[in-house]
Amino acid sequence: MITKEQVEHIGWLARVNIDEEDAFEFASELSTVLDYFGQLDEVETSGVKPTYHVADVMNVFREDKPTDSLEQAAILANAEDIQEGYIKTPKII
Amino acid sequence: MVYENPDGVMIGLEIHVQLNKLATKLFCGCSTDYHTSEPNTHVCPVCMGLPGCLPVLNKRAVEYAIRIGLALNCEIVEQTQFHRKNYYYPDLPKGFQTTQYDYPIVSDGRVVIEGEDGEHVVRIRRAHMEEDPGRLMHMGTIDRSRGTLIDYNRSGMALIEIVSEPDMRSPREARRFLDKLRNILEYLDVFDSTLEGSMRVDANISIAGGDRTEVKNISSHKGAERALLYEIMRQKNIKRRGEEVVMETRHFDEARGVTISMRTKEEEHDYRYFPEPDLVPMRVGSWVEGILETLPELPDARRSRFISDYGMVDTHAKALTSDIRVADFYEEVASKVDPAAAAVWVSDVLKGELNYRDLTVASFTVEDMVKIIELVVSGKVTEKAAVEIIRTILDEGGSPMDIVKEKGLLKVEGDVVDQAVEAVLKENPQALEDYFAGKEKSLNFLVGQVMKKTRGRADARSVREMMLEEIDKNYR
Amino acid sequence: MLEGLSDLKNKIGSSSAEDVVASYLERIEKSDINAFTCIAEDAIDQARKVDSLDIEGPLAGVPIAIKDNISTKGLSTTCSSAILDGYVPPYDAHVIERLRKAGAVIIGKSNMDEFGMGTSTETSTYGPTLNPWDAERVAGGSSGGSAAAVAAGQVPVSLGSDTGGSVRCPAAFCGTVGLKPTYGAVSRYGLVSYANSLEQIGPLANRVEDVAALMDVIGTYDNRDSTCVKHNAGYTDALQDDVEGLKIGVPAEYFGEGIDDNVQKLVWEAIGKFEDMGAEYTKVSMPNTPYALAAYYIIAMSEASSNLARFDGTRYGNRSEGENWHMMASKTRQEKFGAEVKRRILLGTYALSAGYHDKYYLKALKVRTLVKQDFERAFEDVDVLMAPTMPTPAFKIGEKMDDPLSLYLSDVNTVPINLAGVPSISVPCGFSEGLPVGLQVIGNYFDEATILKAAHSFEKNTNHHTKLAPGVV
Repeated sequence: MITKEQVEHIGWLARVNIDEEDAFEFASELSTVLDYFGQLDEVETSGVKPTYHVADVMNVFREDKPTDSLEQAAILANAEDIQEGYIKTPKII
Repeated sequence: MVYENPDGVMIGLEIHVQLNKLATKLFCGCSTDYHTSEPNTHVCPVCMGLPGCLPVLNKRAVEYAIRIGLALNCEIVEQTQFHRKNYYYPDLPKGFQTTQYDYPIVSDGRVVIEGEDGEHVVRIRRAHMEEDPGRLMHMGTIDRSRGTLIDYNRSGMALIEIVSEPDMRSPREARRFLDKLRNILEYLDVFDSTLEGSMRVDANISIAGGDRTEVKNISSHKGAERALLYEIMRQKNIKRRGEEVVMETRHFDEARGVTISMRTKEEEHDYRYFPEPDLVPMRVGSWVEGILETLPELPDARRSRFISDYGMVDTHAKALTSDIRVADFYEEVASKVDPAAAAVWVSDVLKGELNYRDLTVASFTVEDMVKIIELVVSGKVTEKAAVEIIRTILDEGGSPMDIVKEKGLLKVEGDVVDQAVEAVLKENPQALEDYFAGKEKSLNFLVGQVMKKTRGRADARSVREMMLEEIDKNYR
Repeated sequence: MLEGLSDLKNKIGSSSAEDVVASYLERIEKSDINAFTCIAEDAIDQARKVDSLDIEGPLAGVPIAIKDNISTKGLSTTCSSAILDGYVPPYDAHVIERLRKAGAVIIGKSNMDEFGMGTSTETSTYGPTLNPWDAERVAGGSSGGSAAAVAAGQVPVSLGSDTGGSVRCPAAFCGTVGLKPTYGAVSRYGLVSYANSLEQIGPLANRVEDVAALMDVIGTYDNRDSTCVKHNAGYTDALQDDVEGLKIGVPAEYFGEGIDDNVQKLVWEAIGKFEDMGAEYTKVSMPNTPYALAAYYIIAMSEASSNLARFDGTRYGNRSEGENWHMMASKTRQEKFGAEVKRRILLGTYALSAGYHDKYYLKALKVRTLVKQDFERAFEDVDVLMAPTMPTPAFKIGEKMDDPLSLYLSDVNTVPINLAGVPSISVPCGFSEGLPVGLQVIGNYFDEATILKAAHSFEKNTNHHTKLAPGVV
């Protein structure tokens, strides 16, 4: 069972703000799903290697040759707040 | 002599080196040549983290990483991959940094530095490849900012993070390690230290009986030494008060020369590393032999060669090879004039004058240096005049011959000096008497007077000889 | 029966691309199934360009719907999420470049579950897409708009993406054909990642041959996707009406508890049809199948928690107020992500976090290995595997929205394929109480040719695909 505090901690790690009342609901929903995930404990996996990539591909590179960057205007077009070519956000701390 | 390390200082460094000699970034084709550009002009969907974009690894970045590993006497990994390091910060366009985790490209190396008590080995734990975040500008100070401006031009630049073992025992050793490392990397032609932000240092430091702290945001080698001196003092004071040094991250405030605690909620990390699904593993063990063959001459080898090829003393060889630009400059000069004279003039004189002015050897031409050495060697100007020519070029510009003419620096003829010697002896009977009474210094005074009369164009050593001859002949 | 690409080619030849595109636009206008998130304002211009320049690409003048998680330059790409509402990409995905080059007309972006997270297109911020066969039912998901638009005759072909069944599920629910290619067969460059080790872009159409034709266009090697694999294409060339001697494996685990009786019956009938056509079947065992669903969701959510980290309100998309950057990001993500997306991000973050990484994430990847080995073993003996695509026909809108786990369970037969990375196609195989049912034909790595051939032969010898949804003319 996952607690309300754990939900809030994960919420902070994932930068998803969670209101007090939602935390309880998330805790219960997440617990249900995690219980279901717990069934994997039954599977014997000692000596089994994890599969990170299904495609058996290796050594994919690009040459060190410049390609065009985007226009500054195209990059800034989707930002909510800009100033003198910079993207502007609230202060950090 | 063995260095006692009275406070039990242990310093380990993590150095981020930008591979700015690459033409493109680590995972996209954006040019690395952004240092003088407008913000957000060297970005593309990939390094801007636009939805749907995928990274493709720059092959040369991997070759550079291996080159560095070999130069630092490291093991090169057989097979490796990239991981995601997940954390949130506005300079990080994807919300994770693509980096390496459990299999760094190189590990277990060593660098020999000049330590407190002679040669000292600093072990290299690992070095891995990762991407640089963008650059933040705080409107105001970091803690009292009105907002943050972001430039992503730097985002995605290839970095090598080099991690040392805590083998340095003093801030001075840390600085020497950094100097040596920078020198090696420049010899490898993977990095240009003159570009802003090209080398950034985090330091781990502890004293005997205490936990270590991590100091971040160190941007220069001098800064590293200062930050570490401050931090040792701080930790010693805590210990003196009977308190415990706590493990924490501290921020170096370069302007004030102090370290500040950074413990905030934002700094709590759980990076949730996992292998980057968008990049495939790489097997590079077979590259090592080829890269080893093309590895350029490194500083220590060049130093030995300078001694054997040019017959110079080790102090000169060391001084000349501690910066690749100076070493290259020297070899060019030495190909045109007497290498022994060139060693003295470049390492003892020119380097000192450059350091004094905070200039690099790029401020001086090989042609001027050759001309000046020729003037001295042929006896046309005195050593003192030659130094003046160098200083004038650095401070005011101009060519050596013009300066010689303007300042009348050509060495004066013997009879002019003879006359000056005779005159000085006549004009200073008291000094002569003092000399006879055993005051050696009086002779220096008399020589100085001759130099004054000839406006420095005479050679001090021969003036002295002439003076003694004249005294013996006419005043005894 | 709805028009296919060969019909369209003739039509465009005799009239114009402009007329054809206009007639499709008209159908979209008249419809109320909510299949699109936006219509390209320049669709007619694109068609006129085809007409005036006499473009002869294989898809010249063919209107196509693009799932709204595929980046289209100058055309809004929202992933049906409020966080990206208004985002207009400055670049085209690889598949879009290929389509434009082939002369296709990008007619609009199709509705989907928010970021692909769902099985019903109900998690879209723009509301659910309605099933053309029954407006009270879901179109499936997450590529619900792409499938519904095809089934309703609003476009002849569309692109979707399939992370755990997101092409095949709506194809089955809407009675269309949908292909999930082998992982690495189609470049993901420009596909907004949900779970990037699992997903592929895939085509949907009313005919197998049209799916193959699209694959010929989009399935080319692209060096901007490091996981893209060079392979022999020739998808259309594989289309023969011949399954003589084809060895079919039928995995018992795909017919287990929770699979609707009618669905099982229709799929067995289809297998019987294949026998009639000269194929033979054997039962095969894929013992790790029961664990695939949990492994899939752990991996998908873990990757998603990282892939969706970039949506922080800074560089693009929408932003909420916050006293500092971290609060701004945190509030933005609270307010602009839907409930299901947040659930998956939280679960994925948890599964990767210190202390749980090995129990969940690493364990799931090991189970993934076992699931993959099930497929590798099966394909030593058989050419294709056949199973129901979905456990049931389309369910009612709202039926599963309150219970995330019950929604996840409907992916039971599609997710193992993504874990293994093999290709799979869903084709219509009949109707249960008026609702379409899909047969899933699964192939070996990069052996799309065999499943396309099998699906094509089945289509040639049946008439399920000729039935029209009510009201579609």
